[in-house]
Amino acid sequence: MTDPVLEVRGLTKRFGALVVSDAIDLSLNPGEIHALIGPNGAGKTTLIAQVCGMLAPDAGRIRLKGQDVTALPARARARRGLARTFQISALAMEDTVLQNAMLGALGAAATPWRLFRPVLQDAALRATAEAALSRVGLLDKAAVRTAELSHGERRQLEVAVALTLKPAAFVMDEPMAGLGAEGGQKMTALLDQLRHEAPILLVEHDMDAVFALADRISVLVYGRVIASGPPDAIRADAAVREAYLGDAA
Amino acid sequence: MSREGYVNAALIAGLIGVPLWAHVAGEPFTITLATRAVIFALAAVGLNLALGLGGLVSLGHAVFFGIGGYAMGILAFHAQTYTPMFPDWLNIEGTKSMPVIWLVAVVSSALAALVIGLLSLRTSGVYFIMITLAFGQMFYYFAISWRAYGGEDGMSIYLRNSFPGLNTLDPIQFYGLCFVLLCAALWLTARIARAPFGLLLNAARQVPHRVETVGLDGQRAKLVAFVISGAITGLAGALFADLNRFVSPTMFSWHMSGEIMIFVILGGVARLFGPVAGAVLFVAMEHVLGDLWDHWHILLGLLLLGVVLFARGGVIGLLAGKARTHD
Repeated sequence: MTDPVLEVRGLTKRFGALVVSDAIDLSLNPGEIHALIGPNGAGKTTLIAQVCGMLAPDAGRIRLKGQDVTALPARARARRGLARTFQISALAMEDTVLQNAMLGALGAAATPWRLFRPVLQDAALRATAEAALSRVGLLDKAAVRTAELSHGERRQLEVAVALTLKPAAFVMDEPMAGLGAEGGQKMTALLDQLRHEAPILLVEHDMDAVFALADRISVLVYGRVIASGPPDAIRADAAVREAYLGDAA
Repeated sequence: MSREGYVNAALIAGLIGVPLWAHVAGEPFTITLATRAVIFALAAVGLNLALGLGGLVSLGHAVFFGIGGYAMGILAFHAQTYTPMFPDWLNIEGTKSMPVIWLVAVVSSALAALVIGLLSLRTSGVYFIMITLAFGQMFYYFAISWRAYGGEDGMSIYLRNSFPGLNTLDPIQFYGLCFVLLCAALWLTARIARAPFGLLLNAARQVPHRVETVGLDGQRAKLVAFVISGAITGLAGALFADLNRFVSPTMFSWHMSGEIMIFVILGGVARLFGPVAGAVLFVAMEHVLGDLWDHWHILLGLLLLGVVLFARGGVIGLLAGKARTHD
């Protein structure tokens, strides 16, 4: 069996008396999409924040490619190959699509302190950025100001920026959020391919997408993982149906 | 060439043409006004790097302007009185050489910007404004109480400092020197804006959390920008002191910080030539309206209000339209 790319053990976070992450165990294996679902307030976003290094856990360990990264800030985790996308697009709206992708490429190349050479003339960075844009189908919009993109295109650009990092693992916070039926299908198809480049820890509310994509699903309720397993098992799990899926499943 | 390119070229042409005309026509006062505008523009080009690109609303840039001014004042004072600096432990002579003075001004204001930036960048928004303002006031009151260098009265330097090969007392020659430095600073900031560092700084202003998640350090980028910004404004301070042959604590006052910010906002925040347009307009208003009416600042206030409410791109925005994302 291969080692997990990303591993979370006993992760615990309290806000006062409220336990938002309760001894969470989670792993992400090569080539898989591991979906994390749960009702609003279950602690998904808090968990993501800890995994990515935006928030320090009270207890527990996080390993990336076998290395303990629990004490590292978000920046250092990104450099070690953890690429996250945001629920609410975090893009430089005044810049072009290409410039946003270039920022990711710049991060991956770790050469941001060049003060003089025009960045858009850097062939290597540009190739990385354009490859990522082409992958999500945005290459023809490279020169467009990001503020002029549609919502769906911004979601795609989020993924493209993550791609420029050539990551070891993706952490995606609701990539389908706000997408219509067509946009959702496009994104689903994209993520389906991406798992072969790097496994995806996917937080998502769109159940159609989750059950279509996920190799494994973990269900988070009140900060605890109440069930974890392949989609069929989760669909059949009585506790999950009661806590979350309800009649929808 | 884009419309903004034409507007910028027109500004440069005006800054070359008007002083040359004044030189030929024998109007030295006009040259002095132009020199004042160019020096203010240089100070504002410095601020624009922090404010426009980095989003750092510094209300303390008078610190660097003042440090530049006092660097000139102190060095020239010791040179003209033939007294050593720090006589007890380091016997350094003063100097009347502009290049040396500029170097001291740039290095000391960059160091001050590093310290102030390290402390201030722990905050953001209105707290950043307040902490930079507080630093400004600290320097202001320190200068007032610094008796050795004139205290509240400031100090006069009898002769303008020298530059190899030039007669700096000739208004047009001193103007040319200031103009070349302004162009150099504009060139520098234009290069920075297009470099990887500019891309990083630009993104750090707009989406700081994004910058972190691609593995880059946005805070450090802002600090570097703040240091370069302070150094440029410091150089302007040294020139301003040389123009007036006088330094006083008012160079450190928060009015000065406010004026530098007004140049930037009036001309157009984050536009390369915004600070130039703003400073030229300010000096023109100060001269024309100031002659007519003592309370001309009221009109300046109204104009500023109009710009903030209706023309966010400032003068450059009005003339050249919306900012283009450069390629």
